[in-house]
Amino acid sequence: MQLTEKELEIVEILEQDARTKIVDIAKMVNISVNEAEALIKKLEESNVIVQYSSIVDWSKISGHEGVTAMIDVKVTPKRGVGFDEIAERIYRFKEVKALYLMSGAYDLSVIVEGKSMNEVANFVSQKLSTLDSVLSTTTHFILKKYKHDGTIFEQGEKDKRIVVSP
Amino acid sequence: MKQTKTYLSKTVEELKPSGIRRFFDLAAGMEGVISLGVGEPDFVTSWSVREAAILSLEQGYTSYTANAGLLELREEIAAYMENSFGLQYSASNEMIVTVGASQALDIALRAVIDPGDEVIVIEPSFVSYIPLVNLAGGKGVTVQTKKENDFKVTPAELEEVITHRTKAIILCSPNNPTGTMLNEQDLKSIASVAKKHDLVIIADEIYAELSYDEKFVSFAAIEEMRERTILISGFSKGFAMTGWRLGFVCAPKELTEAMLKIHQYAMMCAPTMAQFAAIEALRHGNEDVNEMRKSYRRRRNYFVQSLNEIGLECHTPGGAFYAFPSIERTGLTSEQFAERLLVEEKVAVVPGNVFGQSGEGHIRCSYASSMEQLQESIKRMKRFLEREF
Ligand SMILES: Cc1ncc(COP(=O)(O)O)c(C=O)c1O
Repeated sequence: MQLTEKELEIVEILEQDARTKIVDIAKMVNISVNEAEALIKKLEESNVIVQYSSIVDWSKISGHEGVTAMIDVKVTPKRGVGFDEIAERIYRFKEVKALYLMSGAYDLSVIVEGKSMNEVANFVSQKLSTLDSVLSTTTHFILKKYKHDGTIFEQGEKDKRIVVSP
Repeated sequence: MKQTKTYLSKTVEELKPSGIRRFFDLAAGMEGVISLGVGEPDFVTSWSVREAAILSLEQGYTSYTANAGLLELREEIAAYMENSFGLQYSASNEMIVTVGASQALDIALRAVIDPGDEVIVIEPSFVSYIPLVNLAGGKGVTVQTKKENDFKVTPAELEEVITHRTKAIILCSPNNPTGTMLNEQDLKSIASVAKKHDLVIIADEIYAELSYDEKFVSFAAIEEMRERTILISGFSKGFAMTGWRLGFVCAPKELTEAMLKIHQYAMMCAPTMAQFAAIEALRHGNEDVNEMRKSYRRRRNYFVQSLNEIGLECHTPGGAFYAFPSIERTGLTSEQFAERLLVEEKVAVVPGNVFGQSGEGHIRCSYASSMEQLQESIKRMKRFLEREF
């Protein structure tokens, strides 16, 4: 799908801050509010903008810290559907936060979140590795999140400029 | 007290302290101020550029460079000027790497001014021009541009102040403080005046990377102008590198050699680690510059439209990161307006009169601030205007 320059700008603005108001977006890209509304609607309907959500640092919330694991999965693709069928079987689990088909040493990268290591381990041993097409799994637990989806978790940088300058 | 005064040179004694200084002192002591008074990018220099400087330090590049700067950097600058602006300058004898555009301005003026020579400064203007002309022994002659002309100078306005002592004109496009960018036609009309009176043009193109609607055209690209142009640019604005103190000047060989004489005695060379950083900025910084430009453009669109909505009439500036709205309808002078806005609503702007007589009735607002800050400042200015006027 080919986007116009204005549409592309709107996507970029909303990706940076999904809460930017439509009136402000309209001003930023120099179009009317109605036009902005229509373009955003179009982008939403065509699933270019899939969803608006927040990036939450769960590690800050006591009792909800949770664990995240990245699991490398080797599978046997099926004739006719390739990896899509097994991928769908895996991503339907609500524990699975992300799923990517990879090039290289393994096939699927599965990001799983759980309350504890135990919960994730159970998911892997009982749900994931028991699937017919799954040949092997390698589980890596994430120890600390520094940056997620382009956002740095500990924003240390303040404005260091002097208040008035030539 | 009286005695020490006699130590000072007349020229320095007569220099006026910048009006910006006073506003800095006023704003610096206050809490919760949103500053639109900052004349520099709100971006931190890209990490890849910072990292290149760190690497140069780790490798021990801590000595002087050639007077004109690292040849490797000058070659990158030559390629950059060619690719971005279609200009050809020899890396070996037509450019000098300087300590910011500021030092480039200084050596350019000192290279061409004899005592008593006149240099035309187009106001509203960057605050350093006239003092630097004075320090070089020259006399600054101002031209007042008009809001109705988007603060563009006309050939007639130039002709009016040209005398047999006129040596040079300082041009600044995109402009600080008005944001006005001169297009090819504007430059051509100035070029004809320069040619007619055989003047040097000192073209301060430090904001060249930050043009939002039309493609930036360098004065040196205008037919027959290269030979009389001293082109000043640098890394401060487009590459968000103000603190590195790195700029450059390009000019025909003879002028460059003259400037290099001053530079070699007064400065030796620009900071070495900053030069290494600049090499990286030119080699791999293009995408970052594009991203920053896009971000400024959006903020400009938002901010200028919002100013007009709250009743501060403002032309759309084609470049830099300044809006220069009129505050005439309030009946206040720009100093009064800026001071009251600061005290009553804690928004710092720079009163237009510090940029020259024709800046009176305006304020300079830098939109190199986060969207949240811009939104909040608009809210506060609206409240201020509704309450008082
Ligand atoms: C028009 C203009 N010229 C020159 C400079 C100085 O730039 P530098 O940091 O490269 O010395 C500035 C900085 O504010 C400027 O606005």
